[in-house]
Amino acid sequence: MIKKLTSVIEWSTLLFSTGIVCLFLIIILWDLISKGAPSLSWEFVSTLPREGMTKGGILPAIIGTVLLTMITALVAVPFGISCAIYLNEYASDNWLTRLIRACIRNLAGVPSIIYGLFGLALFVQGLQMGTSLMSAGFTLGLLSLPYIIITTEEALRRIPASTREAALAVGATQFESIIDVVLPSALPGILTGVVLTLSRAAGETAPILFTGVAFYINNPSGFLNQEFMSLPYHLYMLSTQHQAIEEVRPLAYGTALVLIIVVFLLNLTAFYIRYKHSKNE
Amino acid sequence: MNKDDIKLSASSVNLWFGKKQVLKDINISFPKNQITALIGPSGCGKSTLLRCFNRMHDLSPDARIEGEFLLEQRDLYERGLSVTEVRSRIGMVFQKANPFPKSIYENINYGLKINDVPKEKRQDIIENALKESYIWEEVKDEMQKPATRLSGGQQQRLCIARAVSLRPEVILMDEPCSALDPLSTLKIEELIVKLKKDYTIIIVTHNMQQAQRVADKTVFMYLGEIIEEGDTNTLFSDPKNDLTANYVKGHFG
Repeated sequence: MIKKLTSVIEWSTLLFSTGIVCLFLIIILWDLISKGAPSLSWEFVSTLPREGMTKGGILPAIIGTVLLTMITALVAVPFGISCAIYLNEYASDNWLTRLIRACIRNLAGVPSIIYGLFGLALFVQGLQMGTSLMSAGFTLGLLSLPYIIITTEEALRRIPASTREAALAVGATQFESIIDVVLPSALPGILTGVVLTLSRAAGETAPILFTGVAFYINNPSGFLNQEFMSLPYHLYMLSTQHQAIEEVRPLAYGTALVLIIVVFLLNLTAFYIRYKHSKNE
Repeated sequence: MNKDDIKLSASSVNLWFGKKQVLKDINISFPKNQITALIGPSGCGKSTLLRCFNRMHDLSPDARIEGEFLLEQRDLYERGLSVTEVRSRIGMVFQKANPFPKSIYENINYGLKINDVPKEKRQDIIENALKESYIWEEVKDEMQKPATRLSGGQQQRLCIARAVSLRPEVILMDEPCSALDPLSTLKIEELIVKLKKDYTIIIVTHNMQQAQRVADKTVFMYLGEIIEEGDTNTLFSDPKNDLTANYVKGHFG
């Protein structure tokens, strides 16, 4: 009897926690969609802002965020995955490797504003890249690296030694066994890590604040060496810094919704690739 | 034994993992076109010894190997001999079937591809290897199916096909049936016996009935040493060493 009662309590505690989490998610989404959807229109996503941001669209911010995420990916994904492969497949387990691993884990915990300042010092000033799309992309790339390394390493670690040995035993070199067998098997895990990291990077404001983002630019095209607009920063300005906050509130909600949609699309791509992969398993 | 009949041999082999000595002064030879079983309790070093022959310890940084391994007259650890060549001449089948997460076709094709077998020859080789491993009839219509969807026994036969497709001279088998049901085990054992006319086979097994069913020669190992070796029937019916006697009678293991 007591046992039955405790099991009911355990079960309902877990259900309650899950319910609370879902509830918040639903409230946030509902709030965003109900207030943001009315401002969504083709014009909103395809035109420049007008009349001091009170009218018009957010095209430059969308382009800015998409390009920024792409640069981040170009910097972080190849280096991150290579680094994880080295650490997990090649490096021997000694104090140096453990130190490097500890540093990477610590880097993942460094607040993003620190990366912003570092990017300002290194890319904007040190390497004379100025406040630009490139500086901001590199800064976000650095921010993303530790996450990609950690998640990729986790994914590689889950591949059993017998899979690697299968390739070695038919005469593959270690490199061939990694490229042809280990990486494809670990792809779903790696991809999940990459997408989660990039979605986070796409929503970051602090690291791009000093390195390239602008409140307003009057052309939609993103040049690597120029300042750019981005969705999260645009949202921040519209909600807290604009001179007519009440007037632009619907636009702010619209921007938030677009940001969520961009991130969602990113996740959907990863989901699709994982689905195709699992069908081949 | 006549020198020409010896396919593979090891002499004065000592092996350490870190500070722990796992193999102690091993001297052994494997006759050509015969099946040799390595038996002994868990941790006696039989798998470790097996893996020395296709240099599977090369990537473990804490393994230290002393001694000489010869494939016919060739030193397997000689500088001029690449590890990939060793592995294409000495194939291996593992304890747990480990097909690549690719299609059935690609599982065999991959080994051929990285060993630079010309494309036009591969189709025949793949078909022959599958026939030789008695799995062709079961998979010929679904070569593009992922290998991981086959049953455990089929997967293991596919792994054997993968090994024989490279025409090795020796096949090492590390408890190939330990994860299989009795029927699949029987099929694999039949296959192993049929393969011996073309290959020299070394099989590590926990299963003493299996050793008696398939092996011509049996080697009993205990705590990293070879205790007794000889003709399978003699070793099981008339063991000379007390340890061997106790082990083959099932008193410990």
